[in-house]
Amino acid sequence: MKVLCVCGLGQGTSLILRMNVENVLKEMGVQADVEHTDVSTASSMPADYIVTSNELAQTLQGHSAQIVIVNNYFDLNEIKEKLKAVL
Amino acid sequence: MRFLEQDLISLDAEAKDAEEAIRLAGRLLVNGGTADNRYVEAMVAAYREKGPYFVLAPHIALPHAKAEDGVNEASVSFVRLRRPVPFGHAHNDPVELVFALGSSSSADHIALLRKLTTLLNDPANVQAMKEAATAGDIEALLAKA
Repeated sequence: MKVLCVCGLGQGTSLILRMNVENVLKEMGVQADVEHTDVSTASSMPADYIVTSNELAQTLQGHSAQIVIVNNYFDLNEIKEKLKAVL
Repeated sequence: MRFLEQDLISLDAEAKDAEEAIRLAGRLLVNGGTADNRYVEAMVAAYREKGPYFVLAPHIALPHAKAEDGVNEASVSFVRLRRPVPFGHAHNDPVELVFALGSSSSADHIALLRKLTTLLNDPANVQAMKEAATAGDIEALLAKA
């Protein structure tokens, strides 16, 4: 299972999101390949799930991956609930 | 690597809008010697082009640009706004706490983001940063965290 964490530049916020997504998946006991990237690279990368902000989700609507929108990147409970809902 | 040291902190600053708030936080990096002026303008340009996606949590923004836009040293500065300003984010406006990230391609970049994530994952720390009276209070908070 591949999870992409996506932000505008692929250098800062997507890495923060990746750290917390990895924390949550580990806690849930889910094995996944988690990567981070920028929004334009993400559009041509295969993935099962894309985790990103509401702002960028609209740009990725044509992607085959299921898109998970996180509003608070520092709220591990929100990330967990959103991932649980789709996994 | 420089993370929220006292000279990189400004409490209760005044900004009229999001761009001014980004510039205030960026100027702390410039004054601290960790980034050039063009990096500050690159952060503003990124906001104009890509929108407020870096408003990562309620009232918290993390403006940044690319390492090659003029960063000398991986660093994070912090501006707390006296009056929060809207960044145009659907869920997390208005922004009160602005952390400017001086991106770097070194391992320090990941270490800094990990420190910042650990700090902000705890709502008690976010509250303490909203209430801190001095930059010294924040230094004390970081020493504990």
